Amino acid sequence: MTLIATESLTKVYGGGVTALSELTVAVEPGIVGLVGANGAGKSTLIKLLLGLLTPTAGRIQVLGLDPTADAASVRARVGYMPEHDCLPPDLSAAELVTHLGRMSGLPRTVARERASEALRHVGLHEERHRPVGGYSTGMKQRVKLAQALVHDPDLLLLDEPTNGLDPAGRDAMLALVHRIGTEFGMSVLVCSHLLGEVERICDTLVAIDGGRLLRADNIAAMTSATDVLAVEVSEGTEALAARLAALDLPVSREGQLLLVPLADQGTYDLILGAVAELDLPLHRLDQRRHRVAELFARRESSHA
Amino acid sequence: MPEPTGVIHDIGYQRYTGLRLGRRQVFGALYLHGVRTVFGLGRSAKAKIFPWLVVGIVGMVAAAVTAIRTQIGEVVMTYAQFADAMSWLVIFFVAVAAPELVSRDLRSGVLPLYFSRPLPRADYPLAKLLALVTGLWLLLGAPQLVMFLGGAFTADGMRGVWDELLDLLPGLLYAGLWAVIFASVGLLIASLTGKRAFAAGGIVAVFLMTTPIVGVLSILPSQTANQLAGVASPPTLVQGVGLWAMRDLLITDQDGVGPDLGPFGPVYALVAVALVAACVALLLARYRKVAAR
Repeated sequence: MTLIATESLTKVYGGGVTALSELTVAVEPGIVGLVGANGAGKSTLIKLLLGLLTPTAGRIQVLGLDPTADAASVRARVGYMPEHDCLPPDLSAAELVTHLGRMSGLPRTVARERASEALRHVGLHEERHRPVGGYSTGMKQRVKLAQALVHDPDLLLLDEPTNGLDPAGRDAMLALVHRIGTEFGMSVLVCSHLLGEVERICDTLVAIDGGRLLRADNIAAMTSATDVLAVEVSEGTEALAARLAALDLPVSREGQLLLVPLADQGTYDLILGAVAELDLPLHRLDQRRHRVAELFARRESSHA
Repeated sequence: MPEPTGVIHDIGYQRYTGLRLGRRQVFGALYLHGVRTVFGLGRSAKAKIFPWLVVGIVGMVAAAVTAIRTQIGEVVMTYAQFADAMSWLVIFFVAVAAPELVSRDLRSGVLPLYFSRPLPRADYPLAKLLALVTGLWLLLGAPQLVMFLGGAFTADGMRGVWDELLDLLPGLLYAGLWAVIFASVGLLIASLTGKRAFAAGGIVAVFLMTTPIVGVLSILPSQTANQLAGVASPPTLVQGVGLWAMRDLLITDQDGVGPDLGPFGPVYALVAVALVAACVALLLARYRKVAAR
């Protein structure tokens, strides 16, 4: 089943601002990263997924349901963690999450039980009975996550879950999101403007920019084809490049480095053989795993 | 070897397959939560002070009226007059309760958490409005019940109790009218701002600042303007409707002079209905805007 599918989805706000333009994407269940700069249209997409906004044009489906026609059914199966502050400071986390559980249709006692379970899963224990106003940013983010979990949704929409957290807090939050996506049996859509963050935990990555789809693909597919070997020799770089080109290797230069796409183990042998033949001082030969960020960087610069 | 006991296993995340309640029960839960909020229940001690102070004053007045009646036998005020006499307290009660119900949620930004849940977006303001109406009606109605019990126990036989009941019911209806008008106006004003102090000030201002307009209109040389003056302010509007519907219960003095409505009694009733309808429509429009943010 397709988790989220959009077809030429367009959203133009009242003032004539185009937030999403002709977005067509289909993602499978799992952990999905939605990346894009601020203002790229991530939050608009989330609101469309929740049925809080109606699309100007195009179609959208979540869990096989249409949020514009049947928002209640979609929302019953989706948990939403907003980007901004959304916690009343004078309520305790337990009270708030219980109340919101009831708003999702859980009976009173079930709501209370599931609220403390959800808070336990995000790592809040005894402190859940204290007013939220006294919590640290990290704890507040956890409460926001717990309220999205309380009614046991099939899909979590997390808008910038690492916002305002320090590096350790970011790692902890990402680990938690990863655990939810892999162990809780629910799909997760994580929004972030930091690609480096989400690429660590996602199965699928959707990148949007200026309301348009930049790329949507499986993380494995994005990275596996792009492993390269970086060769550095102290002298004779030109000669080596010519030699490798003669061996039918698509070699490219980057400063002092020669980059050769890694086809299989044979590539190592060919390069080592060439270096030995030319009798060059080999400085380094290592496999460089492309960060997904570089893919996008290259793509964008080629557009420009 | 005995099995180890008392070991806590982390059984991991459990999916929920049980009952999920429908829209009506969720609405009911939100409504009850609202009624509790009006009286500061389930909130901090600070939030309880003002509502219960007002409840205390209203209750004491009712007790005093009842006591005077049972001891001296003199009817100080009818049930309907009681609601009129308490109008100032009701205004202040609304000025505290309405912001507590809606402004707090606007300020803390919790609304996206409601609107991302299945309940339709109109349910949130309607549940809050109904909760405030209920709260105000209880505030005015419960003391009347105390007065009724006092009156019923001193009444002569079942006949007297029945007469007493026939007096009470219009009183409760009149309290309901106060509750509906004040709640819809108050909640609409409170829903415009996230700052509770502003909301409270705005509510008191609307209820009190419109009083001078009534004063000016009622001394204009035109008789029609005089008779329609009460429409300009919510409290006098409510009193006008009351006078039109049950003059005997509101003016008990032989030579008592109430405001003269002339032939415009039905106009008062129509304006009251239109005011409530307009407030509810604006409230829903307001939340349509808030939900899309």
